[in-house]
Amino acid sequence: MKRPMQHTITVLVENKPGVLARVSGLFARRGFNIESLAVSITDDPSVSRMTIVVTGDDSTLDQINKQTLKLIDVIKVIDYSQIPIVERELALIKVSAEVDQRAVIMQIVDIFRAKIIDIADTSFTIEVTGGIDKVDAIENLLKPYGIKEIVRTGKIAMARGEHTAMA
Amino acid sequence: MKMNGANALIQSLVDGGVDMVFGIPGGVMIPIYDALYGRKDIRNMLMRHEQGAAHAADGYARATGKVGVCFATSGPGATNLVTGIATAFMDSVPILAVTAQVKTTALGKDSFQEADITGITLPITKHNYLVKDVNDLPRVIAEALYIAGTGRPGPVLVDIPMDVSLAEIDYKPVTEVKMRGYSPHVEIDESKIDEAAELIASAERPVIYAGGGVIISGASEELTKLSEKTHILVATTLLGKGAISESHPHALGMLGMHGTAYANHAVHECDLLIAVGARFDDRVTGKLAAFARKAKVIHIDIDPAEIDKTVSVDVAVIGDCREVLAKLVEKVNSRQETDWNKQITHWKDEFALQCPAQGDVLLPQCVISKVSDMMNGEAIIVTDVGQNQMWSALFCNITKPRRFLSSGGLGTMGYGFPAAIGAQVGCPKLPVFVICGDGGFQMTLQELAPAVEHKLPIKIILLNNRFLGMVRQWQELFWNGRYSGVDISAQPDFKMLAEAYGAVGIRVTKPDEVEGALSRAMEVNDRPVLIDFRVSREENVFPMIPAGQSIEEMMVNRPRSEG
Repeated sequence: MKRPMQHTITVLVENKPGVLARVSGLFARRGFNIESLAVSITDDPSVSRMTIVVTGDDSTLDQINKQTLKLIDVIKVIDYSQIPIVERELALIKVSAEVDQRAVIMQIVDIFRAKIIDIADTSFTIEVTGGIDKVDAIENLLKPYGIKEIVRTGKIAMARGEHTAMA
Repeated sequence: MKMNGANALIQSLVDGGVDMVFGIPGGVMIPIYDALYGRKDIRNMLMRHEQGAAHAADGYARATGKVGVCFATSGPGATNLVTGIATAFMDSVPILAVTAQVKTTALGKDSFQEADITGITLPITKHNYLVKDVNDLPRVIAEALYIAGTGRPGPVLVDIPMDVSLAEIDYKPVTEVKMRGYSPHVEIDESKIDEAAELIASAERPVIYAGGGVIISGASEELTKLSEKTHILVATTLLGKGAISESHPHALGMLGMHGTAYANHAVHECDLLIAVGARFDDRVTGKLAAFARKAKVIHIDIDPAEIDKTVSVDVAVIGDCREVLAKLVEKVNSRQETDWNKQITHWKDEFALQCPAQGDVLLPQCVISKVSDMMNGEAIIVTDVGQNQMWSALFCNITKPRRFLSSGGLGTMGYGFPAAIGAQVGCPKLPVFVICGDGGFQMTLQELAPAVEHKLPIKIILLNNRFLGMVRQWQELFWNGRYSGVDISAQPDFKMLAEAYGAVGIRVTKPDEVEGALSRAMEVNDRPVLIDFRVSREENVFPMIPAGQSIEEMMVNRPRSEG
């Protein structure tokens, strides 16, 4: 599947009620498309970290960065478009696994360095971690066997090397 | 000092420099109004609808430059503020709205008079707060006032549940506000000033386009200096009126859809557009692809998000307009008048604004001109929205900042009169005029009651054409004259209406009565005066560039095709 221009931004925000609504509401009303959004607390409990994958051209991205930074509860916006990053997403995939197909599914799981974390009579639940492309790829490979359910966390990202988002 | 949350709120406002609020109480608001009772250092003006309270706070803020404050109760009281808050948001006006809320244990339970006002106002406030702990209240109020009034100003809402108002706190004034997510002061990038100065030096046909940001930052003097040193003429937006004195030979009046033809020609033909505290609104630019298409653009603004938002610029200087202009005035080379100045002067003569010949019919443009001539800049003019607003923009000569107040971005009918109340309260020594239509006035006229109660000598210039005039104009010009839903001739006798409220009512039907009526109005100084001007019903606002089009489609006069 071809994806439109994607950008990853990290937003450090005050860890307060309603902040997610402020950010997502801003994106909605300004017409910015969110591909994925992952939020969690940081080592500083007063700060939450959002990793947002957005689609749009450069001028849209510029507006996203500036408008987001204008929110009072937003402490910092980091645009990861121009710097090398490590990025990961975690997915749980429940796939049909009839007895005669289990071996081949297990091979796929092995190749992707994924894990089977639950087995039922006719299904496996698989945990996979990786970049978006890797998760897409295993999803596509498992499709023929019958995916019953899939949940993805959305991407999280960090700059490579000494760079940090904090401070 | 020990006190309850309501008293801590009022004390925080007083400690923050607030001495006036506009509002209406209600069930969960009673503790807060109780805290106001008997206080001499802060007054409440009891409005008759919360929308009026928000607009009054807005008018107060625009006229004085201080933060305007309004109060409303939970639920419907709070939702009635919404139009006023959105109006202030669009025009970057510092207001603080304090709303009472149901008690914290009742929140989220669809309780009586509960509305999620922080959720509702999320997109129309600069920031908002729901205070759940009384100990946060003094800090929140200090932050709210600071956020509203600094940087690019805007409305802030603070929602206070009743149990928080009643809870006890050991109050200490907040002396310092610190927020890691908000630092309004911007260090100006000097290299950008140099680049701007270079562009100005190399331009042959420069024009300045000044907006409300010049007035907000108090940069009128610096703007005028820049214009005088460089002989670059200045067009202003609706909100920028008064940024440079319109009596100054360098002033070109308003640009845009209903701007002067010469301002629009100058912007269309310029090779350098210097935008100061303006945001390239669609009512200014019309068709973007054709707007100032030969020009390089310098954009000076405190809000980085305005840079490259709709028009991409060559040099952006981010910072307070006054500080930036002060630096630019120093750096820029002086220029003499050129052929370009002559060309613009020629346009000014060719397309000079004139009141149409009046004859026996009363024309709204002539009424406004008369007001402007009589006051000679020594008044605050507040407008409503629609034809009255555009004629006021064209025919009022505004010589100082904060003397022309109008709802520009949101275009809120009903804004004018309550905003005039706020302006008159903030500037008791200045005459305050509100120029409005019969449509907009009827949306907020209930505020005659507090205006009379407080003896405010506001002059209400009611341009009564018994139409929703601007919509009628569009229907005439673009919808084959199908006047759907615009005839409002079923209306009260406005003279009697004013008198019923205890104000002075005057009716004017003929041109030769205008001056006498205005003189009579000026003699009244202890109550509002409403003058019901029965104007020609189907006057249009010209010049006009139809929405989304360019100067080539400008209509300077009424098209003659109908004959």
